Amino acid sequence: MSLSDKDKDTVRLFWAKVAGNTEAVGSNAVYRMLTVYPQTKTYFAHWKDLSSGSVNVRKHGKTIVNGIGEAVAKIDDLQKGLLSLSELHAFQLRVDPTNFKILNHCLLVVLAITFPAEFTPENHVAVDKFLAALARALSDKYR
Amino acid sequence: MVEWTDFERQTIADIFGKIDYETVGAAALSRTLIVYPWTQRYFGNFGNLYNAAAIKTNPLIAKHGTTIVHGLDRAWKNLDNIKEAYTELSVLHSEKIHVDPDNFRLFCDCLTITLAAQMGADFNADIQAVVQKFLVVVVAALGRQYH
Repeated sequence: MSLSDKDKDTVRLFWAKVAGNTEAVGSNAVYRMLTVYPQTKTYFAHWKDLSSGSVNVRKHGKTIVNGIGEAVAKIDDLQKGLLSLSELHAFQLRVDPTNFKILNHCLLVVLAITFPAEFTPENHVAVDKFLAALARALSDKYR
Repeated sequence: MVEWTDFERQTIADIFGKIDYETVGAAALSRTLIVYPWTQRYFGNFGNLYNAAAIKTNPLIAKHGTTIVHGLDRAWKNLDNIKEAYTELSVLHSEKIHVDPDNFRLFCDCLTITLAAQMGADFNADIQAVVQKFLVVVVAALGRQYH
């Protein structure tokens, strides 16, 4: 399920809309993940405040969405481009890769809410493929 | 048996009791067929599915989407008895239509996104959690008679 040139163009165009909204989109997605899939909270036991407006959730949401933006820029070779992020997730964070799918789904829900007209099925499939490729690149160094 | 809080019961009744079956059903099914094209394997007799535009305007798909979402009626009307309520449909999907149960999950993800697009900010995290729980229970019930 590799990304065609058309997929890459679609992702670049669509993600440009997110650029102005990184903290809002990111913190919304992270908060949804923690609420809808409570098992994900196990990675954040060190946070005192997991509420939607909390500093932790907002900062982490922004970090993640900025990371995705970085991946969009390196969309032609995600494995190489995300090498250091993959090492971080593999050796330090050790997030079970199933959770990438969970967060991806929450991101898609936020995109549907934020851009109801533009998040057409055609854009959805390209973004979904990209996020799946991103998850694969992030788990590349796991074993 | 699944325990439902008052908030969950109310939320499910509010959303699914007032859903526009035609619009939501058509949108959710066509989205599933476009985003996960391998799901088209079950729709060989449904006419033109050649591209996204064809899928979105296909009247047979729209009608079937409505049928599928109506299939959720027996769940939200029988919250305390979902397993039994789905025995017949589970046998149908397993023995007659031979649907890989993973497709239920794919459809539910697209249904969630369709509801989110429709409800906007009202589809907050707590509401999403209720919808997710409800759909997971339905999917489990639908898969129960597979063997």
